Amino acid sequence: MSDTETASSITVPSNLTQVGVTMKYTFLDYLRSRRFFILLTINLLISVLLTVLIGYYRPASFLASDLKFYGGWWGNSVTFVIILSGIFFGGDAISGEFQNKTGYFAVPNPIKRSSMYLGKWLAAFLASTAILVIFTAITVGNGIYYFGWNVPIQFGESVLFAWFYLAAVLGFTFFFSSLFKSSAMSIIVTAILFLFVFGLVETLVSGLVQVEPWFILTYGAQIIGNILQVPYPLHSTTVSSIRPGGVTFTTFNVTVPEGLAIIALYFIITAILGLVLFDRKEFT
Amino acid sequence: MANQSLEAVNLTKRYGSFLAVSALNLKIEGSKCVGFLGPNGAGKTTTLKMFTDLIRPSTGQGLINGVDVHTNKKKALASVGTLIETPEIYPSLTSKEALMMIAEIRGVPRAERNKRIEEAVAEVRMEEWINKRVGKFSKGMKQRICIASALLSDPTVLLLDEPTNGLDPRGMSEVRDIVKSLKSKKRLIFMSSHILSEVSEVCDEVAMIDHGKLIVYDTVSNVTAKFSEGQNIVEVGLQRPIDDRFVTENIATLPSVEAAEKKDDRNLKIRFNGGLDIQERILSDLVRLKIGVISYKPPSSELEDAYLKLIKDTV
Repeated sequence: MSDTETASSITVPSNLTQVGVTMKYTFLDYLRSRRFFILLTINLLISVLLTVLIGYYRPASFLASDLKFYGGWWGNSVTFVIILSGIFFGGDAISGEFQNKTGYFAVPNPIKRSSMYLGKWLAAFLASTAILVIFTAITVGNGIYYFGWNVPIQFGESVLFAWFYLAAVLGFTFFFSSLFKSSAMSIIVTAILFLFVFGLVETLVSGLVQVEPWFILTYGAQIIGNILQVPYPLHSTTVSSIRPGGVTFTTFNVTVPEGLAIIALYFIITAILGLVLFDRKEFT
Repeated sequence: MANQSLEAVNLTKRYGSFLAVSALNLKIEGSKCVGFLGPNGAGKTTTLKMFTDLIRPSTGQGLINGVDVHTNKKKALASVGTLIETPEIYPSLTSKEALMMIAEIRGVPRAERNKRIEEAVAEVRMEEWINKRVGKFSKGMKQRICIASALLSDPTVLLLDEPTNGLDPRGMSEVRDIVKSLKSKKRLIFMSSHILSEVSEVCDEVAMIDHGKLIVYDTVSNVTAKFSEGQNIVEVGLQRPIDDRFVTENIATLPSVEAAEKKDDRNLKIRFNGGLDIQERILSDLVRLKIGVISYKPPSSELEDAYLKLIKDTV
């Protein structure tokens, strides 16, 4: 059956068109929202702070080479910008439809919930992209100032990885947003997970138990910074002589294929789960 | 145009052990306004939500124009306008943008969108606010924009859940007028409400629900006649206070009067058997008693009486 339906002289558009409509108006809402300006301000503060600090102190760790510059600037901060974007635009994207009752305006229309979900996800991706583009532009502007127009290819790869990671972060925050009906709850839970829990689990699992934390999204995201290092860091094992015979300690570094696989899996699984949850969730 | 219809087939919604709607069977066809009545928690909103995909039925079907809403939402809701509870709109959008979003979702042709939005906004008397952001609107104003959104695609079926809920008296009156004006077009309007006078004023038929079960579905006049037990009622307004003894001894004993009671010091309710001739004679008798009659009219609460009897019977 066609996915367009006819009502008198009006033909309900295809699912794809409705995804586009939802995306357009949700994006417009995001662009005018207070949270967009807050995130933009944070973004600019980070950029200005880095610009001033590097310009004033001229640290060798940043200015030794173009790769070190991009690794120090971009590699250390972009994941934080992405996580904040995910929390700001995805944290309550779905739960807000329930708590704020905006769902009562759009859902009782001839539109599939999956089209709404996809449209909102794309709007959040676009809004986050706008923030990320500004951060990228300021990074590149500073890079050009110090090292000229020769932007390393690894930075381009890192930017692509960052966008891929953004998709997974938004998939994850949308999934959590579909789990809860309270906006505050979904925002707080995703913020705690990304800002504390993932890092803590990663440290505990790799540091104490000595298991590679391949199941943690933030571990996969290390490729964004690692790609800017030459040579690309690999797992390293050190032997401590604290005890007779020594204790081996492994520092794990995700490879690019592994990182991409982790990010892709998180994106696919959370996107499917989030869609199913939103489709089944009831406006009680 | 095909005859529009709304049908619940064994429609049931269960939350754990609580049965919110119990095997509801109801079929409404044609162009009319049907009031959906019931006390709080009776299952009115739950029923309407099942007809609009806001919740899923546990069992049974909600059909609009013969199409199951749950299994084929896009087709079922293609010609349906809805107002369920009090929806919120993305606060940073203007009225026009919010309505444009719905117009685009519903597939209103590009060339007609602006005209339809202007018409819908005019119908809910919000022309001055069309380019203002919704976030600054009062509840009543948002309610009107939501009604306008329900009208955008010129729907054949309108599902309204307590459309005057939360509005001030003026807003309620205006929304009632809007709903009445909607009846002039060929539409099936299914409207839940707590306000019985509103339903008797606006609707042609009434469906009453309690504890998730349909109690009655008939025309308003049939329901009120059925539960007036063959008696007619008039309300009498008085210029001066009247005492209980006078009512009992002089008014309740008038010919054809079955009972007379004070609603308050200046208002009486008289039950009588008979038609218009008897009603005229009772009025003459009352005037002759010189008690200061200033109004004499059928009560506005006939439907309320029927409702209270029906609901009481199910408690």
